[in-house]
Amino acid sequence: MIAIGDLVRPDARFPGLASVAAVALYSILFLHAESQREVMGLVLGALVGLLALSRFDWTQRVSSSFAHHPRLLHGAVLASVITVLAVFHDQHYPLLMLATVLLYIVMCLGLNIQFGYAGVLNFAGAAFFGVGAYTSAVLAAKTGVPHLFIIVIGGGLAALIGSLLILPLLRTRGHYAALITIAFSLLFKTLIEVSDALGGPQGLKVPGLNLFGWNLNQGLAVGGVELSFYANYVVLALAMAAAAFVLTRRIERSWIGLSLDAVSLDETACATFGISVARWKILAFTIGNFLAGMAGAVYSMMTGFAHPNNYTFGDSLILVSIIILGGIGNPWGLAVAAAIMLVLPEKLQFIQEYRFLLYAVLVILILLFRPMGLLPRQVRVYFPGWRPQ
Amino acid sequence: MDPGLIAQYVANSLMLGIIYAMVAVGFTLFFGVLDVIKFSHGDVLTVGAYTGLATFLGLELAGVAAPWAQLALVALAAMAATAVLGALIGKYFVLPLRGAPALNTLLITLMLGTVLREAIHLFYPQGSNPKRFPRLLPADTVELGSFTLRLDNSILLAVGVAAIVLVHLLITRTRLGLAIRAVAQDAETARTMGINFEFIVLATFAIGSALAALAGVMNGLYYSEITFGIGLLLGVIGFSAAVVGGLGNIYGAILGGFLFAALQTLGAIVLPESAYKDVFAFAAVIVFMAWRPTGLIAEKASERV
Repeated sequence: MIAIGDLVRPDARFPGLASVAAVALYSILFLHAESQREVMGLVLGALVGLLALSRFDWTQRVSSSFAHHPRLLHGAVLASVITVLAVFHDQHYPLLMLATVLLYIVMCLGLNIQFGYAGVLNFAGAAFFGVGAYTSAVLAAKTGVPHLFIIVIGGGLAALIGSLLILPLLRTRGHYAALITIAFSLLFKTLIEVSDALGGPQGLKVPGLNLFGWNLNQGLAVGGVELSFYANYVVLALAMAAAAFVLTRRIERSWIGLSLDAVSLDETACATFGISVARWKILAFTIGNFLAGMAGAVYSMMTGFAHPNNYTFGDSLILVSIIILGGIGNPWGLAVAAAIMLVLPEKLQFIQEYRFLLYAVLVILILLFRPMGLLPRQVRVYFPGWRPQ
Repeated sequence: MDPGLIAQYVANSLMLGIIYAMVAVGFTLFFGVLDVIKFSHGDVLTVGAYTGLATFLGLELAGVAAPWAQLALVALAAMAATAVLGALIGKYFVLPLRGAPALNTLLITLMLGTVLREAIHLFYPQGSNPKRFPRLLPADTVELGSFTLRLDNSILLAVGVAAIVLVHLLITRTRLGLAIRAVAQDAETARTMGINFEFIVLATFAIGSALAALAGVMNGLYYSEITFGIGLLLGVIGFSAAVVGGLGNIYGAILGGFLFAALQTLGAIVLPESAYKDVFAFAAVIVFMAWRPTGLIAEKASERV
């Protein structure tokens, strides 16, 4: 029995657990929905449900529930992803989407460290994702480098290429700095499009991921039940997303995160207090690009190709939109935003064509009316249950 | 190298340079009055070019056949439409965000540019295909040895130069220009002197956007083709040119525009494949930013702590 008193206590487990379960159930229903009418019904249902819950301060309760029981609820989130995986174990398409969302979360977490914490806005996220993708395309097809290393090399190469931008980025600020990543984003797309070695406008085929002699493109059979081969990628992407998430949270609540926040708030004050602006910007930019490159390397091996049109400036803008929509600096927010932005147009066929337009309108509305995003970033919690007074 | 070929390259880069400079002047004007980057500028240019095209088709239907009348009406319609569009963007999307961080303005106008671009892409009839832009200028050529001087390009160049000179005169010689310069220098003080701040900002947005529309029409006449995506690249190039020249400085923007065109041409000449010219130009911009972080003619900035 759950007493009413349990529900309103700030450390109640119920709001958190109930929300995780509801989101998992909703995802299953949503991925399962076939007809456009069902999907529209689910979208409207979610909107009505969220509006109703917001009248009861539900987000506040959920976040306080997460703050009091981080381990339990993080475990619940992992369990619910695995539940979704189990429900769709033999269907390719829902699992492909699930893995895509998880890999995008990895990449957006990287951009979040750059923009959300250190304040370095990166308009070339998709380009660094592309560096990873092309790394695995070239290395996996032409060399015998073990694929696990290729993923790491993909991240490393993205970080290395990103380091070429560090000097101009450190010397500039604001609009001048924005130009550098925008220019790089256009440069990268043009470069891969005209480079014959990288397949030109046709792109490159990428072989499937092979870990220790086990080809992930072959579905497993567990206890007589056939699994889709995308299940393998979901597990890998989930592991990467969890690791990136832990890394982000550790960075955020450590003194590194404090320094990064300080740098993004006021560079001059930082410099007077002996916090090295350059060091923290370099660190954040490098970690972010590394995560984006790793995600890109796995993503291209999963989809089997690397194509210039997937790494355009428009795609980078979608990544920035995800971060702003979710709430700048809030990892949970961006996870939710990534899921919405990626799955919704896949399911609602008629908005597929209009998605760039809709996202742009959505971000404009957010910037005009709710500049902190859907789930604004909370004050750091150093102890379970601690609240700013 | 053959002097005729060199002259050809120079003529081409002058032509590109004047279009880039016109876009860059817009960026620098907006930055001057409001310290913001209006990134939808490139897509406003696209809207201008498409308005011009639609006007031309409308004139064809209405039976107006004189090429000069067509040309004048096309340019005027494009400029009027984008002047209004630019002022509206300024009023409803840029001014409300004055108190927010500068990057929010950059983001909102980037997204607004996407909205304009996608709107043309989706709602203009067959918007995803390249559109043929009519040849409204005489196609006569003058042969000078191996160098072919095209009359239409010379006219475009002259029009571009005239437009920039006019804007410059407007800024330096008129009361409106005086007010614009006052707002750019110090908005607060300008207000206390009885200048209508909002009107001046919107007027600046209208002027810059009209200039972009003219650049868009010129771009269409030069290439005889427009697509919904021209604004993105031209916008980024114009922004690069304005930044390389130094934001807020009109001479810097002009210089930056020609410099970028020269870099592209240089890239096309020295690199084995001319397709790499944009890669070369953008790489040069990034390197340049490391060398001169605030552009060739740096804005005068003093930071209060």
